[in-house]
Amino acid sequence: MNLHIEKINKFNVLNIDDERIDAHNSAELKDYILQMIERGEHHIIVQLQHVRFIDSSGLGALLSGHKNILAKSGRFVLTNIQQQVLTMFEMTRLNRVFEIYDSVNEVTDN
Amino acid sequence: MYPSIIQVDVIIPTQTKYLDFIGSIGERIAKELDTYTGDKAALAYQLNLVLTEATANAIKHANDQNQQDIVRVSICLNENVLNIKVYDKGQGFDLNSVPEPDFDNPKEGGMGLFFIRSTMDSVTYTKSDTENVLEIIKNLN
Repeated sequence: MNLHIEKINKFNVLNIDDERIDAHNSAELKDYILQMIERGEHHIIVQLQHVRFIDSSGLGALLSGHKNILAKSGRFVLTNIQQQVLTMFEMTRLNRVFEIYDSVNEVTDN
Repeated sequence: MYPSIIQVDVIIPTQTKYLDFIGSIGERIAKELDTYTGDKAALAYQLNLVLTEATANAIKHANDQNQQDIVRVSICLNENVLNIKVYDKGQGFDLNSVPEPDFDNPKEGGMGLFFIRSTMDSVTYTKSDTENVLEIIKNLN
């Protein structure tokens, strides 16, 4: 999976550089996020601007990150979700589970 | 008058790296639907999703002992009906025993079939001794 990390204030911003998250790369994404959490990174923003497709396994990987960070009283935030991808969250009502913002700045500036 | 039929038959190894390829065919077919009056971008996503989920499911349930396994996918667009068949040679499963997701207590797995059911018109799974088939139908009127 292609991704890169930026540190902005207390947040680790995980920028997904792939256009697609599916059963081919979702396990890798899930493991990557779990490793971040194990390293003590409990404020994570997943920036999804380039992601134009996500499947159920991709949602599962993000849900895993959300649950594990919640257990550490941290924050797991999703930003820049494209409309079709957002529909996937709405269908499963996961848009009410995740913290979702339009941009990274909206999270890091507050 | 020419018959308005498109049929695509694909055989892939049981490897997840081919999901993008299979899904892209769904997106491409949506673009061919000149008379579709609905949201074509949404339909393109749905067909990509459904083919991805159904194929991933077939790969997951394939017999892992046999690296020679394949998944066969048949997509047929005839008039305004899209018929997708995904064949696997695994042990099969009972479609009716797959529960709806628990939205109040979401789990990491088990959403794939929910997406297929909620975006398409009909889903059936038929087991046989030689091959199982997941058949998905979408009316495109």
